[in-house]
Amino acid sequence: MSGTGVTELPGARERAAPGPVLHKGIGPAPSGWLDPRGRSLGGRAFALNRVTGLALVLYLYLHLGVLSILLFGASAWDDLLGVATSTAFLGLDVVLLFGLLFHGLNGIRVGLVGSGVAPDRQRVLFWAGAAVGGVVLAYGAFHVFGAG
Amino acid sequence: MDAMDAQQVTADTRRFRIFRYKRGDEGGKHFDEFVVPVGPRTTLLEALLWIQLHRDRSLALRHSCLHASCGTCGLLANGREALACVTPVSDLGDEITVEPLANIPVLTDLVSDMGAFYARLPDRHPFLRASEFLPDADSPEGLSEYVRFEDCLECGLCLSACPVASTSRDYVGPGALTAAHRLLEDRRGADEQALLDWAAGPNGAWRCHAAYECTEVCPAGADPAGRIMAIRGELLRRRNGSER
Repeated sequence: MSGTGVTELPGARERAAPGPVLHKGIGPAPSGWLDPRGRSLGGRAFALNRVTGLALVLYLYLHLGVLSILLFGASAWDDLLGVATSTAFLGLDVVLLFGLLFHGLNGIRVGLVGSGVAPDRQRVLFWAGAAVGGVVLAYGAFHVFGAG
Repeated sequence: MDAMDAQQVTADTRRFRIFRYKRGDEGGKHFDEFVVPVGPRTTLLEALLWIQLHRDRSLALRHSCLHASCGTCGLLANGREALACVTPVSDLGDEITVEPLANIPVLTDLVSDMGAFYARLPDRHPFLRASEFLPDADSPEGLSEYVRFEDCLECGLCLSACPVASTSRDYVGPGALTAAHRLLEDRRGADEQALLDWAAGPNGAWRCHAAYECTEVCPAGADPAGRIMAIRGELLRRRNGSER
């Protein structure tokens, strides 16, 4: 080939270019962990753990923002409490409690599995956490709406 | 679409949605649909080869041994990692979506660049050797419960299934960590400390989030997640000064 002056085959550069890294189908790359197709309990727990984690971070800033309403005086705060004790808002409190319970209990499960305390008990620990979380969530929801 | 593709999917046919991509054509990623005649024992690989032979010669896929020994034909079937050669079409429903493995660069169509998978393995990764049970030796009690990393096919299904690998390209992944644990188990000539230092790195064993998807999809039962947890245990033992 050297005698002809041809240094590379047609299309060689295109073939040498790195291909895309797929994350379960055609879509934005970071969506792979959220794709539920074909996933088992651990994968779905990972996805929900991430969603609840991100939501809790968002809630933290939202909470700080809401508290700043105190700067506008007692009447403004009373108006907010009027909204915060509505049934719809109390429902969001239960959703928040669910997020806290899931993220916390799943974190304990991952810690126990990942630190070698119970490396082969991840499923049992998940359902044990689900049982504990379910009871606490029901108890919490009863009190949230009872207080309303 | 020919006359057969235009027919309704019947009990003896399945509709396939096949991911298509040709290198250099980034905007050309799409799915092609094919209706394929199947029998009760048709495997996914046979169906794909039928498409290649009768419908589209340009469909690229990899396969070799046809009996789950080589790990070459790994792909996603309805989003789930599978070896096409041993996956019955009858298990996959009437419409089957086939994609290349996730978290590994795609070369073309269903062909993944496995070089990117092998590059994650520890530097001193040895060739996997055959099992060494002597024919006249007594099998240890409980042998059926042994898991030998020689079983690993290096198919990449574990990396594709790993949700952490979906969030970080730097994570070495379950396959590489399993290879490291294999070396630590064997202990013949392996630089244990170097391996453990590698595994303890910021993109090593501690990145795992214990989803166990790797173990769920492993076609050889090599239990990658269990291996990662074993590496963590060894790291903790050494940190606490209780080296075994």
